[in-house]
Amino acid sequence: MTSPLTDNIDTRGVRRGSAFLRLLRRPAGAISFGVLVLVVLVAVFAQWLAPHDPNFVDLSLSRALPSPEHPLGGDTTGRDVLSRLIWGTQITLWGAMLAIVVAVGLGVPSGLAAGYLGGATDRIGTWVSDALQSVPGMIILLIVAANSGNSFNILMVTIGVFMAPGYFRLTRSTVLSVRNEAYVDAARVSGLSNTRIMGRHIIRQVYAPIIIQSALTAGMAMGMQAGLQFLGIGGGTTPGWGAMMNEGFRVMRTDPLLLLWPSLALGITIAALAVLGSTLADVISVKTPVLSRSRRRSLSAESTTRPANATSTTTGSISHVAVESAVQLENLRVNYATASGPVEVVHGITLDVAPGEVLGIVGESGSGKSQTVFSMLDLLPKSGSYTADAIWIGGQNVTALGRTERARLLGHEIGYVPQEPMTNLDPSFTIGHQLTEPLRSVHRMSRTEAKARALAMLERVGIANPTAVMRSYPHELSGGMAQRVLIAGAISGKPSVLVADEPTTALDVTVQAEVLELLRELQREYRMALIIVTHNFGVVADICDRVVVMRGGSIEEIGEAAQIFSAPRSEYTRELIAASLDGAESRAELDRLHAAAASSAAADHEARSAADAAAEAELKEVRA
Amino acid sequence: MLTFTLKRLVSGAILLFAVATATFLLAYAAIPDPTLGLLGSAATPEAQAALAQKIGTDRPLLVQYFEWLTNLLRGDFGTSWKNFQPVGKQIALKLPVTLSVVTVSILLSAILGGTLGVLAGLRPNTWIDKVVKAGAVILFALPGFWVALVLVMTFAVQLKWFPAVGYVQPGESIPGWLQSITLPAIALALGAIVMIAEQLRNAIIQADSQDYMRTLRSRGLPPWRIVVHLLRNSAPASLTILALMFVGLLSGAIIVEQIFALPGIGPLTQSSSQNGDIPMLLGITVITVIFVVIINFLLDILLGWVNPKARVK
Repeated sequence: MTSPLTDNIDTRGVRRGSAFLRLLRRPAGAISFGVLVLVVLVAVFAQWLAPHDPNFVDLSLSRALPSPEHPLGGDTTGRDVLSRLIWGTQITLWGAMLAIVVAVGLGVPSGLAAGYLGGATDRIGTWVSDALQSVPGMIILLIVAANSGNSFNILMVTIGVFMAPGYFRLTRSTVLSVRNEAYVDAARVSGLSNTRIMGRHIIRQVYAPIIIQSALTAGMAMGMQAGLQFLGIGGGTTPGWGAMMNEGFRVMRTDPLLLLWPSLALGITIAALAVLGSTLADVISVKTPVLSRSRRRSLSAESTTRPANATSTTTGSISHVAVESAVQLENLRVNYATASGPVEVVHGITLDVAPGEVLGIVGESGSGKSQTVFSMLDLLPKSGSYTADAIWIGGQNVTALGRTERARLLGHEIGYVPQEPMTNLDPSFTIGHQLTEPLRSVHRMSRTEAKARALAMLERVGIANPTAVMRSYPHELSGGMAQRVLIAGAISGKPSVLVADEPTTALDVTVQAEVLELLRELQREYRMALIIVTHNFGVVADICDRVVVMRGGSIEEIGEAAQIFSAPRSEYTRELIAASLDGAESRAELDRLHAAAASSAAADHEARSAADAAAEAELKEVRA
Repeated sequence: MLTFTLKRLVSGAILLFAVATATFLLAYAAIPDPTLGLLGSAATPEAQAALAQKIGTDRPLLVQYFEWLTNLLRGDFGTSWKNFQPVGKQIALKLPVTLSVVTVSILLSAILGGTLGVLAGLRPNTWIDKVVKAGAVILFALPGFWVALVLVMTFAVQLKWFPAVGYVQPGESIPGWLQSITLPAIALALGAIVMIAEQLRNAIIQADSQDYMRTLRSRGLPPWRIVVHLLRNSAPASLTILALMFVGLLSGAIIVEQIFALPGIGPLTQSSSQNGDIPMLLGITVITVIFVVIINFLLDILLGWVNPKARVK
């Protein structure tokens, strides 16, 4: 069993010192930190702060109401409530500290070893940790209490043992995520011993998550400690909050205040720890704001009503009348919300595709090719939004359409073939289900019709054994097969436009040509317009009628494929072609060549990966 | 599927054996003289010796261990050191109360936590999402018995909507039974509800950021079908957390039962701890771990059913 509570904490944003200041700048952080400082001060100076001896019994004070001398009155046996609360703070904190020290001492080293060494160490560690988590801690604590004569310290150590799995998992998963980083590899290659590497390089990554985890663990340890005292265990003569709650509970009908004070003290302290931990996690993890739907809508409304001159500069051109085109984009802009404000990644582009035409969109990573495609589909990631003067699909201006009507175009008018076949099939459903579901729900086919169509499609895209593939799950397919399945899915609704986002990049070289050939055949057979995004001029030369060259979110040039190859107007296009046809067609090569030239492209790329990381960062918050 | 099931059963049995052994050692090795605790400090050495002979603690530890273990394998949990009644029988009397409270809590957590989590996950950054997040931070940290005390003070003592304490057998009166376990179940479930809601929310957002969700949308599927895909893919994480909560709820029930005076295993555990009744405590541990193993087993089966990849492993 895994605990999603503590796994996968993102520490990329950790910068020492600054994190603390950022924490204090948040109201929740400042308040919870202030409360905890106060609690710690009360605990440290309990001796001087407490007005009376917490255990001194003054019978006249029994159940006394608050008075100047006894601000919170007396308890059932006649002891000063305020003094007992103050001393209780010290006990509570001491117990929590003891538990944390034990938990860290057991969990962190074992987590480091398990994560770094792997193998049997990891299996044993994980097993012990899982076993500890499957035993109800309170029962074991009661067994320990039975044996240890209610010794407070022994009980807190036991609580620490039960808290250790939290640290173990946290450390282990953090180590697993950094152990294959380049700098750790470098340290290993340069001959550093395992202990040195763990001590020097890896433990650094674990600091922040451990502090956060400790805030939460402290709260839980206090809760368990008070719970035990409430049961009359581990209290002894010490004035613990839990013991006071028990006394108050017994007289809650007559003297509810006696229950209120210790409950408040415990509740506020635990809540402050929880808020501090969660705020700290927020501050430390890198986060990109994910726009809510209404905010996104208002943003796009805002930008469409902006004065025309601000967004009128557009690159690219149009060669067909809008109503006769398969797709036409007019002045498309794509924005991403990032931590440092919105970043425009596509700066107003204009292009079109005629029915039955094959248009290539070429450019290096981050040039805005994919963003353009996602805008056509209206499927930008959550933190992205686009604006356009007009988007025409199948002779209809779709920017005027509502959300649902726009979505209706998908599957009917536009088909989409993604880049990475292995991550684009839902792992939880069979291929058959994924192919027939849209046919049945979007195209209103019966179960048998849909199945027949899906089988025919699989056969058409060259799947050898369609019946077997229909029954398999995505993880049972090869990349080439998965891409064929995705193509079958994209064309099974007989769309008029097929959008393929680097359809061959993730495939083996031998499969690439086959898939490209298949796309070309299908495009002719169905007389679809095909928009194919690629960074590979080989693909362009193979199948494109016209080419759009993009760079840094703008269109560098548009032209007939033959013209682009024979007489490119732009120097950039020439370079791209040269890099591609030299056989140096790898993405990395292209990126390296133009990394310096395209500074805005770099910003785009960042915005894009930030957007992708957004939802992820959202998840990677530290909890309990 | 059969080997998968068998493997799970074997690993459950190993866990059970390991926990039983560890707890036995913990209970017996640390105990100086159990008869002292049982008889009180005024006991004569003769009375102590007689009791030690009666309960068998005068024999070597290993002998006691193997006797306990072989009895355990035959389903015999031994006899209480306090009242010399069979341990299994006494636990069987109390267990239904605890299980009914824990089951109601689990159902509450699954239903309410699931609903909140789905709502928050489908609409991140809306008020419901913020409520879930804030709730998860604070409510999960607060111990169940603390929440229970607040509930008792508010709804039983001040508003008098529920009986403050006491248990009504479902055989006597179903509404009465429901009334008697509502507050304890809520007290236990509150933390689990927000925790499950938050985990499910995160899992949905995580699933929604996957490439295949974009591709599914590109096929023109209506929103509710998209939600089905999201749920199916975020189910494993939530099921896992639900099973993890079960252990926490069992722990929490021990104190919460005390507050509501429910005659479950909570009071039994506490009195056995104070009496030093080791066989009873061991029996309670073993039986709860058996339940945990069963829950985890069911979870694995469910996960295998939900997640096709887990099936082949």
